[in-house]
Amino acid sequence: MDLEAPAHEIARLVSAGSVSAEEVIERTLERMRDTERLNIFISTNPDAVSEARRIDGMVRDGSDPGRLAGVPVSIKDNICTRAMPTTCASRMLEGYVSPYEATVVERLRREGAIIVGKTNLDEFAMGLTTEFSAYGPTLNPRDPRYVPGGSSGGSAASVAAGAAAISLGSDTGGSVRNPASFCGVAGFKPTYGMVSRYGLVSYANSIEQVGPLARTIPDIVLAMQAISGPDPRDGTTAGARPVSDTEDIVDGKRIGIVRQMAPDSLHPGVRTVFERAVSGLESLGAACEEVSLEMVDYSVAAYYTITSTEAGSNLARYDNIRYGYGLEREGYEFHRYVAASRDRFGPEVKRRIIAGGFVPSAGYAGRYFLKALKVKSRLTREVNRLFGTYDYLVSPTVPVPPFRLGEMLDDPVELFQLDINTVAANLAGKPAVSVPCGTCDGLPVGVQLIADSFRDGPLLGAARALEGVVQ
Amino acid sequence: MIGLEIHCQLTGLNSKLFCPCRADYRGMRPNTNVCPVCMGLPGTLPLLNAAAVRSAAAIAMSLNCTPGERLAFFRKNYFYPDLPKNFQITQYDAYGNTSVGGRGVVRLGDRDIRITRVQLEEDPGRLSYEGGADGRATTLVDYNRAGVALVEIVTEPDFEDPRQARDFMNMLADTVESLGAADPHLDGAMRADGNVSVRGGNKVEIKNINSFHDLEKALHFEITRQNSLCDAGRAVVQETRHWDERRRITIPSRTKEAELDYRYFLEGDIPWVVMDNDTVRHIREAMPESVMSRRDRYIRYGIAPQVAAVLAADALCCRLFEESHTGRTARLIANLITTDFMGVMDTREKRAASRLRAGHLSALAGAIDGGGITRSQARTILAGLARDGGDAEALIREAGTSGDLAGVVAQVIQEEPEAAERARTNPPTINHLVGMVMRKTRGSADPQETLRLIREALGE
Repeated sequence: MDLEAPAHEIARLVSAGSVSAEEVIERTLERMRDTERLNIFISTNPDAVSEARRIDGMVRDGSDPGRLAGVPVSIKDNICTRAMPTTCASRMLEGYVSPYEATVVERLRREGAIIVGKTNLDEFAMGLTTEFSAYGPTLNPRDPRYVPGGSSGGSAASVAAGAAAISLGSDTGGSVRNPASFCGVAGFKPTYGMVSRYGLVSYANSIEQVGPLARTIPDIVLAMQAISGPDPRDGTTAGARPVSDTEDIVDGKRIGIVRQMAPDSLHPGVRTVFERAVSGLESLGAACEEVSLEMVDYSVAAYYTITSTEAGSNLARYDNIRYGYGLEREGYEFHRYVAASRDRFGPEVKRRIIAGGFVPSAGYAGRYFLKALKVKSRLTREVNRLFGTYDYLVSPTVPVPPFRLGEMLDDPVELFQLDINTVAANLAGKPAVSVPCGTCDGLPVGVQLIADSFRDGPLLGAARALEGVVQ
Repeated sequence: MIGLEIHCQLTGLNSKLFCPCRADYRGMRPNTNVCPVCMGLPGTLPLLNAAAVRSAAAIAMSLNCTPGERLAFFRKNYFYPDLPKNFQITQYDAYGNTSVGGRGVVRLGDRDIRITRVQLEEDPGRLSYEGGADGRATTLVDYNRAGVALVEIVTEPDFEDPRQARDFMNMLADTVESLGAADPHLDGAMRADGNVSVRGGNKVEIKNINSFHDLEKALHFEITRQNSLCDAGRAVVQETRHWDERRRITIPSRTKEAELDYRYFLEGDIPWVVMDNDTVRHIREAMPESVMSRRDRYIRYGIAPQVAAVLAADALCCRLFEESHTGRTARLIANLITTDFMGVMDTREKRAASRLRAGHLSALAGAIDGGGITRSQARTILAGLARDGGDAEALIREAGTSGDLAGVVAQVIQEEPEAAERARTNPPTINHLVGMVMRKTRGSADPQETLRLIREALGE
C-alpha cells in the first residue's frame, strides 16, 4: 500500500482488514528512518507497533476501530503526550514527560489513530522557519536546502515526507499555515475556541489553536471531526460545535481579495500562483473582488506585542523547581536560582520574554501593549464588517516562496514581516486554511482562505473546491 | 486612619478555584492535594469553579456591594516559589467593574465602612523554612493550598481605632459563616493586612497578621509607632511592614513590594462570566439573612437600635437570642445578652467556650417577667451559668428565697422606722434590725446576706 495515500483511504483499508495497521505503522517507521537526515522528529513512539496490533485485533474481533483506524499521525512536540517526552524543542524541558495526555491526542487515539512520533518546532513555537530548535533545524522534504517554514515545520515536513498522514501543529500567528505552504501540504487554523487547547503548551494563549496538517483537505476535515468540539477541561471551547461533513460549494459565493495581503511588492512567483487560484475560484462561480483591510498594516506589530506579553507570562513557570533538568540548588537565593536555570532558553525565546517584560510594564503599556489590544479589536471589527458582505477572504499564505536555511536568521524584523498574511486570522479569532496551489521554481506555494467564526466546515468545503480546481 | 485588606478562603467549597483538588487541604501530607492544573504543569488550563463565583458574589452582596456585570480574571505576574505558574490569577478593575463586587457600605456601630472591592483569586502554596545544622536555611514548598479559592475584601480607610477593625472582622466572619462560604475558625482561613496612616501622613501596610486578636495589637502598635515618629518631628516612611508575633512589634519588610510591576493583563483562558439579573437574583434568594437585615428585624421587635446592632453582628448571640425569646421577652433577652452575657464574656473566644444555653435565658427572662427575681439577681445567676452552666431553675428558686428575704427586710424597716433611722445615723445599732429579721424568719436567713440587704435598703 502507498504511504502517500489519504488518511481516509488508509482507515478504510485497515477497517476492512485489507491492510493491517501493523504494516502501515511498520512502513511509516521505516520512512521515518529513511528521512532521518531531514530532522523531522524529536522522538518516536516506542508503543506505535503494539498500538497498531491492538487496532488490528479490534478489526478481527469485529469491533469498531474508529474513523482513523491505523492512520499514522505525528504530533508537534509542544502538545502533551504520555508515551513520549514533550520538549517544546527547548533545553529547558529536556526529557520532560507529561503525566497527562492532551485532549486532542486522546481524541485522535480514540478514533484509532496511531501516534508515531513528536515533531520538531521552533522553541516553544516561536519562529517561522523551525531553525530556532534546540534539536537543530528541520529540512524541507521538497528540497533539503530550504526551510520547511514554522513553527510547525516538523509537522508539515512529516506529512510531506510520507512519515505521517495527518499531523497536529499549533498556530499562534501562522505556525500551521506557513509550514503547510512551504512544504506543499494543507494546514488549518480553526476558529479560536473550536479545538481544545488542554495539553497544548501555551505560548500566546488568547489567540492560538491546535490545527491539523494533511496532504489533502478531506483529511483535514477527518482530523477536525475527531478533535473539534467542547472540552470540559478548556473553558474557551464552550461554544464549539464539532465540524460536520462539508459541501465543497463556492458557486455564488462572494470572496474578498485582501489588497494589503497581495500588495504590488508581492513576490512575482507567488503572485502567479495566487492569481491562478483566484481564477480557479471564479471559474467555479465565485465572485471575487478586491477589498481593503487597513489594520493589516499594523497587525504584525500588534501581534508581536501581544504574543510577547503573553509569552513572558506563560513561560514564567519554567523556573526548574517543580520539574525541569538537574541544576544544583545549594547556595542559591530563589531569584538567582531562577535566573540561572532560565539561561537554558534559546535566543529567540529570550528575546520575546525580554520584550514581554517591557511592552506591558507600567509606563509603557499605554504606548505598546494597550495600543496593540486596540489594533486587535479594530482589526476584528473590520474583519467582521467584511464578513457582512463576503463569505471568504483570500490571500497568498506567505508573501514569499520558501527560502534557504540561514537566509533570514540575522534579521528578525524582516522575518516577522513574513507573518503579515497569517496573523490577522489569529488576532480576529477566525478560521483560516492554507491550500497548496502550485509551485514557484519548483517550491510549493500556498493560498489562504479565511472565514467568519465557527464557519470552519463551510470554509473547508471551499478549500476542497479550490484544491480540486488547481490540481 | 485604618483600612483593611482581608483574604478569606472559601472553605465551604468542595474543590479548588480552577481544578478538582480538595479545597480543604488541612491535615494532609505536603504536596498530596495537587494535580497538573494547580501545579501549573505545561499545557494545563484553569477551569473556573462556578460555585466559587456564586459564593464570592454572595459575600459581596452581603456587604452591600454592587455585583460586577461581567467578571473577568487577570494575571498578576511576579516570581515567587509559592506560585506554581509564577503568576497569580486574580481580578483587577481595568475594564470597568469586572470584579465580583465593589462600592459597598456597611454599617458598623455608629460608623459607615466603605467596601472598595471584593474579588476572587487563587491562594498560593505555603513556604516553610528549615534551618540546617550547618546554619544554612532550606526553603520547603507545599502546594496543597495552591489554587484554593480566596475572596479578597478591601475597605476604604474608614476605621478610627483598632477595636473597630476587629469588630468588622468579627462581623465578616459571621457573614461568611452564615453564608456557608467559609469556616472562619479554621487556621489561616481569614487573614487581614492593615493599612495605617496617622495625621494625614504616609500609609504603611502591615502584613503577616495571623489572628483577629493580633490584628488589634498590630494596629495599636503601628499607630503608636507612627504617632511617636510624628511627635519627634520625623516623617513616616511609606512601606510594608511585617507583624512579628513573638516580639509583638512591626518590622520593615525585606521585599520592596511597591517596586514590583505586576504587568496585569487579561487571563485569556477563562471566558468572561456574565452575571445577568437572573443569576444575581438566584444568588440573592439563596442567601441567608444578612447582618444588616437581621438588625432591622430586631429593631422591629422593639429592641433599641444600638442593642440590635450589637446583637445582630454576633452569630452565637443571635442563635441564643432566636432560640430563647418568646416575642414578649425579646427586649429583655436582648438586654441580658448584650449587657450581661457580653459583659462577663467580653471576647468571642470566651463566648464560644461559655456554657450558657438558650434554655437558661428563657428561664431567667420568665422569672424576671413574673417578678420571681430581680434584674440584678438575674445578672448574678447569668454570670454563674455562663461560666459553669448548670440548672437555671434551681438557681432561680434559690435566689427566689433571698428574694423573700428582701421582702422581710423591707417589712421590718417599715415596721421599725425609728430603729431604721437610728441605724442610719449610728451604724452599730443596725444589729437590732438584723435580729428582728432573724426572728421573723425563725433563724433561717443568712446573717451576712441579711446585713447586706438591710444596708442596701437603708440606701448605703
